[in-house]
Amino acid sequence: MIDHAAAPLAIPEPPAKGHTRREALILGLFALAGAALTTGCASDKTALDEYLQKHFKDLSGDELKAVLARMEKKYSEQYGKHVSVSATPPLEGVLFGYALDLSRCIGCRRCVYGCVEENNQSRDPQTHWITVLEMDKEGGVNLQDANAYYDHETVPAPGKFYMPVACQHCENPPCVKVCPVQATWKEKDGIVVIDYNWCIGCRNCIAACPYGARRFNWGTPNIPADELNPVTEYLGNRPRQRGVVEKCSWCIQRTRKGLYPKCVEVCPVGARKFGNLLDPDSEIRYIIENKRVYILKEELNTQPKFFYYYGL
Amino acid sequence: MSFIRKTSDFVTGTARMAFLGGNKVYYAWLGLLLLCIVQAGFAFANQFQHGLISTNMRDSVSWGFYIGNFTFLVGVAAAAVLLVIPAYIYDWKPIKEVVLFGELLAVAAIVMCLLFVLVDMGRPDRFWHLIPGIGHMNLPSAIMAWDSIVLNLYLVINLTVASYLVYCAYHGIHYDKRIVVPLVILSIPMAVSIHTVTAFLYNGMASRPYWNSAILAPRFIASAFCSGPALLLILFQILRKVSAFEIKDEAIHKVAELMSYAMGFNLFLFGAELFKEYYSNTHHLVHYEYLFAGLHGKASPIAPYAWASLIFAIVSFFLFLIPKTRRNVVTMNIGCVMIYLSVYIEKGIALIIPGFTPDQLGQVYEYVPSLNELRVAAGVFGVGFLLFTLMVKVSVSILFDRPQAAAHG
Amino acid sequence: MRIRAVRLAVAASAALLLTVACRPVQDPGARYGKGAEGAAKAAGTPATPATPATPATPATALFPVAPPPFSDGVFPCSECHKPGDKVNRVPHAVEFHEDIVLKHDEKNRWCLDCHDAQHRDKLHLADGRLIDFTESYRLCGQCHGPTLRNWKAGEHGKRTGSWSGAKQYLLCASCHSPHSPHFKPLQPKRPPLRQEKIR
Repeated sequence: MIDHAAAPLAIPEPPAKGHTRREALILGLFALAGAALTTGCASDKTALDEYLQKHFKDLSGDELKAVLARMEKKYSEQYGKHVSVSATPPLEGVLFGYALDLSRCIGCRRCVYGCVEENNQSRDPQTHWITVLEMDKEGGVNLQDANAYYDHETVPAPGKFYMPVACQHCENPPCVKVCPVQATWKEKDGIVVIDYNWCIGCRNCIAACPYGARRFNWGTPNIPADELNPVTEYLGNRPRQRGVVEKCSWCIQRTRKGLYPKCVEVCPVGARKFGNLLDPDSEIRYIIENKRVYILKEELNTQPKFFYYYGL
Repeated sequence: MSFIRKTSDFVTGTARMAFLGGNKVYYAWLGLLLLCIVQAGFAFANQFQHGLISTNMRDSVSWGFYIGNFTFLVGVAAAAVLLVIPAYIYDWKPIKEVVLFGELLAVAAIVMCLLFVLVDMGRPDRFWHLIPGIGHMNLPSAIMAWDSIVLNLYLVINLTVASYLVYCAYHGIHYDKRIVVPLVILSIPMAVSIHTVTAFLYNGMASRPYWNSAILAPRFIASAFCSGPALLLILFQILRKVSAFEIKDEAIHKVAELMSYAMGFNLFLFGAELFKEYYSNTHHLVHYEYLFAGLHGKASPIAPYAWASLIFAIVSFFLFLIPKTRRNVVTMNIGCVMIYLSVYIEKGIALIIPGFTPDQLGQVYEYVPSLNELRVAAGVFGVGFLLFTLMVKVSVSILFDRPQAAAHG
Repeated sequence: MRIRAVRLAVAASAALLLTVACRPVQDPGARYGKGAEGAAKAAGTPATPATPATPATPATALFPVAPPPFSDGVFPCSECHKPGDKVNRVPHAVEFHEDIVLKHDEKNRWCLDCHDAQHRDKLHLADGRLIDFTESYRLCGQCHGPTLRNWKAGEHGKRTGSWSGAKQYLLCASCHSPHSPHFKPLQPKRPPLRQEKIR
C-alpha cells in the first residue's frame, strides 16, 4: 500500500505469524521491486503484509480474519473512528436482481449522491458509480444522444426521460472474462465484486464493460473522515486505493444483511426495485413477469440482472 | 576456457564494444537517448507519486497513448522477425545478419512494449499477480494473460537466438544450427501470434464496436509488415554506410516491393472496414466520425492525424509500388518514413482513442495525451532505442569490425 | 382559530379524494347508510391515525405504511367539524380550504366523495365503509385498481427496509397529493464533473 493518505501508519504490532514459504519466495523474487515501489516502507510489516497479501479466494479463514483486522486497524487510524470491515458470504438460495422503472425515474440524481455517501466514493477526485443519462422521449433509448451532464432547475425536463446506469451485474460479465489476474468475479448471489487488493490497475475491465460502469482511481481517493461510512465490506465499500478499479456492488454491505441497496432507499419516486430472483413472491419477479422489460444492450448477451422496465 | 570465463569475457567485451570506439554522432545519439530517459524518470516519478491522474486518461478514455504505443511496437516486434521469410525465400546473402538485426529489433520493441504496459498499470508494484505459480492468471479466458505469456516468451526466444549468435561470433565459434534454426522457425509463428493475440485483446470486446471486427487481426499483421521493415530498411542503409555490413540493392528493393503489397493489402482491409461502417451506417459509425471529423459539431483533435496517416499510407503505397520510385534512394526513404509515420499514427492514435470515443454510454471525452504522458513515452522510446543502438553496435563490432569473426560469418 | 382549524381539516380530508373518479355518482343516502354500519364496526377498534405503524385492521397489517402526510395541525378534522354541524351535500367551493386546489377529476368529484361528513376523522369507500387515513390506499385503489395491485406487489411506489423481510410502504398520498396527484418536479442534484475537470 503506497497511499500517502495512509502515511500515519502507527506501525501496529503485527500478528505474530512468520511468512510462509510461498511468501518468502515472492519476497525473494521481488524484494527489490517491492522495496522500491513501496517507497521505503519495506521495513513496515503492515505494508509488507499488504503487499504480499494473497488473492481473496486463496485466503484461509484465519488469514482472512487477520487481513480484515489489519484493515480495520488501518482505516480506523486513518479516519479517526472505528471502521468495521467484514467479508459477509453470499446468502444461500439468493440470486439478486434489480429493476428500474424508466417511466418513473425523473433524473434527480438522489441515487448518485446517496450511493457516493453509502459506498465511500472519492469526493475529490470525484467518483460516481451511477451515471444518470438524459435522453429525448422522441428518440427512445439512443445513447448517442444521451447527456449525463444535464443541469436543469427542475426535473424531469419537458420531453426528456432518464436512464440511470451502473453495474448491471451480468450473468455473463465481460469484465470478469478479461481480467488477467481474476481480481474481479461473480459471486454466488450474482454480485460482481472486485478484490481491490489484487487489482493491478490494467483497466481491461473498463474497456470490456459495455455499460461504462467501472471506475478507476486515477488519483488518491479522498473522503472527509466525518463523511466516511464506517460500516464496510471487503468486497464492497471499504476505502479504496489509488490505481485500482471499483464499481457498484449492489451495496453488498447492506444487501447481504437483508437491506435494500441505498439507491432504492433514497429514490424519491420509487423507481428502483431490488430483490431475490429465486423468490417467486419477490417484487423483482413480479416485475419481470408482469411488466415490459428493457435490457440495455441485450444483443451483447451479457445477461444483465439489471432490468429496466416500463411501469406505466 | 570454461563457460563462465567465456561468458564474463563476452560480457565485458561487449560492454567495451558498446560504449567505446564510437564516433561523435554515436555519442551524441547516446547522449540524446540518455536525456530522454532521464527526463522521463522525473515524469514517471511524478506519475508514480500522484497516480495516473497525471495522464489525461480518464474513465471514458481509459487507455491512451501508452497502450497505443504498445500496440504499435508489438507490430514492429512481430514484423522484424517476419522478415526472415523473404530473406530465406529470396536467398539474400547476409541472411544471418538480416535475421540477427530483425531479432534485435524485436527484442528492443518487446522491451518497449513491456515498459509501456508497466507505466500504464495502476499498480505496477503488483505485477507479480500476473506470474504463473505465485500469481493468479485468469486462463484461459483473459486475452491479456495470454498476451503477457506470448510477449514474454517471444522476448526470451529472440533474446536467446540473438545473444547466442553474437556470443558464438564473439568467440569465433560456429553456432549450432540445431539450436538456432528451430528457434528461428518457432519465432515466426510466435511473431504472428503476438500480434494476433494483441489484436484479439481489442477484437474480443463486444463493448467497443470500433474494435469488434473480424479483420482487426489481419489488419494488424498487414500494417506491421509495413512498419517493421521500414525501420530495418533505414537501419540497413545506415549500417551499409558505416560498417562492413553488405546488403545488395536488390534485397532492399525486394523488401520495399513486399512492403508495397503489405500496404496495399492493409489499405484494402481498411477500405473494407470503412465500406462496412459507412454503408451500413449504424450507430457504430460514430467512432469513425470521431476519427475523421468530429462529433456534435466539434472538430476532433485526432482527425488531422487520421487524415495524415491515410494520405501517407496511400502515397507510400504508390512510391513502393512503382519500380522507379522504390529504386530511387530519396523516394524510397521518403516512403519508409511515411509508412512508419502512417502505421505509427494508425496504431498509436487512430486505434485506441476512437475506440473509446464516444464512450459506452455515448459520452464524449476528448483525450489528448498530457505532457507528463508524452514525457514518459519519450523515455520508453529512449530505453528501447538505446538498447537497440547498443545491441546493434556490439553486433556490428563483432560481425564486421573483427576480421577473424567475420571469416566465420 | 376556528377558521384555521377548519382549513387544516379540509386540507387533510382533501388528502383523500384520490380514487373515486371512475364510478358513477351514487345515492348519498344509500352510501351513508352503509357507512353507518361501517362506523359501528369500526367503533370497536380505536382509530389511531396518529400512530399509523399500528395497523387498524387486518388489511393494513400486510402493508405497514409511513404516517399519512398531514400538514401541521390539520388533524384531527373533528377539532373543527363537529358531529352536529349542518352538512351541505351539494358540491360547492369550500372557502375555508381555498388553499387546496383540486386537480383530480375535479369535474366529477369533490371533498365528500372521500372524506366522511359524519365521521370527520375517517374516509369512506365508495360503498360507504369507513376507513382510517392509514388505509387510504384502499380508497385510492377503487379507481386505480391496477396501481393498487402493483403497489401491493412492491412494483409501484417506494418500499424501504428489507428486501427479504419487513418492509415499510409509503401511502399513495405520501407521494401524490390526493388533491393534485401529479408528481411535482424536483431540483436535481448537481451534475457530475466533466472528466476534463478531474485533475
